[in-house]
Amino acid sequence: MRTILFILQKEFLQIFRNRAMLPIIFIVPVVQLLVLSFAANYEIRNLSVDIVDQDNSTWSRQLRDKLFASGYFSLNRQTYNPKEAYADLEADKVDLVLTIPQHFERDLVREDEVKVQMLVNAINGSKAGLANGYATSIINSFNRQVRLDWLAMDEDNAPEHMDISARYWYNPDMNYKFFMVPGILVVLVTLIGAFLSGMNIVKEKEMGTIEQLNVTPIRKHHFIIGKLLPFWIIALFELTFGLVVGKLVFNIPFAGNLGYVFLFAGIYLIVMLGMGLLVSTFTETQQQAMFITWFFMIIFILMSGLFTPVESMPVWAQKITLFNPIAYFVKVIRMVMLKGSGWADVRYYLGIMLVFAVVINSVAVWNYRKTV
Amino acid sequence: MKNYAIVTKELTKRFGDFIATNAITFEVEQGEIFGFLGANGAGKTTAMRMLCGLLKPSSGEAKVAGFDVYTQTEKVKQSIGYMSQKFSLYEDLTVKENIRFYGGIYGLSNQQIKDKTHALLQQLNMEKEAGHLVSSLPLGWKQKLSFSIAVIHDPSIVFLDEPTGGVDPITRRQFWDLIYEAADRGVTIFVTTHYMDEAEYCNRISIMVDGKIKALDTPKKLKEQFNADSMNDVFLQLARAKS
Repeated sequence: MRTILFILQKEFLQIFRNRAMLPIIFIVPVVQLLVLSFAANYEIRNLSVDIVDQDNSTWSRQLRDKLFASGYFSLNRQTYNPKEAYADLEADKVDLVLTIPQHFERDLVREDEVKVQMLVNAINGSKAGLANGYATSIINSFNRQVRLDWLAMDEDNAPEHMDISARYWYNPDMNYKFFMVPGILVVLVTLIGAFLSGMNIVKEKEMGTIEQLNVTPIRKHHFIIGKLLPFWIIALFELTFGLVVGKLVFNIPFAGNLGYVFLFAGIYLIVMLGMGLLVSTFTETQQQAMFITWFFMIIFILMSGLFTPVESMPVWAQKITLFNPIAYFVKVIRMVMLKGSGWADVRYYLGIMLVFAVVINSVAVWNYRKTV
Repeated sequence: MKNYAIVTKELTKRFGDFIATNAITFEVEQGEIFGFLGANGAGKTTAMRMLCGLLKPSSGEAKVAGFDVYTQTEKVKQSIGYMSQKFSLYEDLTVKENIRFYGGIYGLSNQQIKDKTHALLQQLNMEKEAGHLVSSLPLGWKQKLSFSIAVIHDPSIVFLDEPTGGVDPITRRQFWDLIYEAADRGVTIFVTTHYMDEAEYCNRISIMVDGKIKALDTPKKLKEQFNADSMNDVFLQLARAKS
């Protein structure tokens, strides 16, 4: 036990003496939270649009005005000539081209049917999807309005229609920051857990000091605990710090008991530290450790449901996320913070995380034992 | 029966087909300065690593400080000191913090650490540098500090793997003074070196060639045996005979 205390003391001295560490602990999280939370915003505004209005009638102008009144679109060019609009699309100047054909108004009135064309720039898939979605719903609502205006002269004879009103539970204003901040906190904690711990152990190899430690009576479990515990503590501190920043800057909700978040984080970190340890057993330099960890982290983070929902992935990819610890933590932290989930909801995930922790640490320790 | 610090019998280490250390048998007496010589790749480091409990032997027997290297590695480790050719103190810790750390993991009490730190800094004449980072010290000082820390827990044997590589002659001389002091206290010194003048300082020398011990005696007798003027000649005769 005393041995571990000596190792801990040495580790903390080294960590805080490292000039790169303090910024990593105090500045990086704030920057990450601020920048990512603002940038990772799915709401797209100011989609630029070319309108090819070949009808130039009252109705066509009404459609156009309705489009811009939504606030999602801004006019890039209004023209009669479709070629100009195509050129803009090719030059990537616009996201959407809406073509209103000749006789739009006439056909609408006479034939009760008319077609408009929408060209969407799909270089950025998610942006294109949103542009299409927004525009379609605006045109639909225009359509409804036209029918009402046209036919509702006779009140009794008004067409039947359904009004759908949606309420967003757990995040009524659909504030993306409420949704992103907890997820980004997970990434932060993960980086400290997996990257720094692995690199810290490999550093001893790189410097040759591990040789010296191996001839001392330090037991392997002393060494491992002494090496990993500091990062467990730092990462939990980091989580606390991030939650405080999130509360102060974004006023993120704490609907549930934060105790569950910390309990889960504590076990989750054991998984991540185990990964760091595992990586350190088959790498010789900090660079190697960093590249390998980076490789896994990118996959884990992208497949965690942080940026894109797990449910939208193909089935085989969804199966992979079952083995992704980050996905569980992202899910749990959002559940607890936004929805106020309690023990009954969390315990299943906690169990899975415990299994992960046991498995990965067993493999890591077993592999570590082989080395010397 | 004499009191032996190290006893080996047919100690062998194989890496696949390659035999790094081939059935070496020797004894080192308590308090002796034992030189372990050989060209690069002759198997010295492998032999030393086995004796330190860092490497499991393939076959043969070895006892260090009376403990078996197969089964009692923890006890072996508690009774030996080790200093490798690669500098192994923490550069980002101060002199004092390094002493405290190594003292602590060898199980010294806080009072012992305090006393040791004081005595050690005085002996090395480094009181002023106690609070300096090790990275700021010149190499020779680091090596001396490294040695002193390797014996901080008063081991009965200390293994030195090319301790004076890259160090100037004056510091090397001072370094050997430290070794003699330790030997006078009864510490057994097991040292590898490439400097033949250092070999002359040893009580007894073994010379390894291709994993085998080809010669083992006092420097004086070895010179007589090989009819050579210096240890350098002895070494060259043996090392060249192989090629």
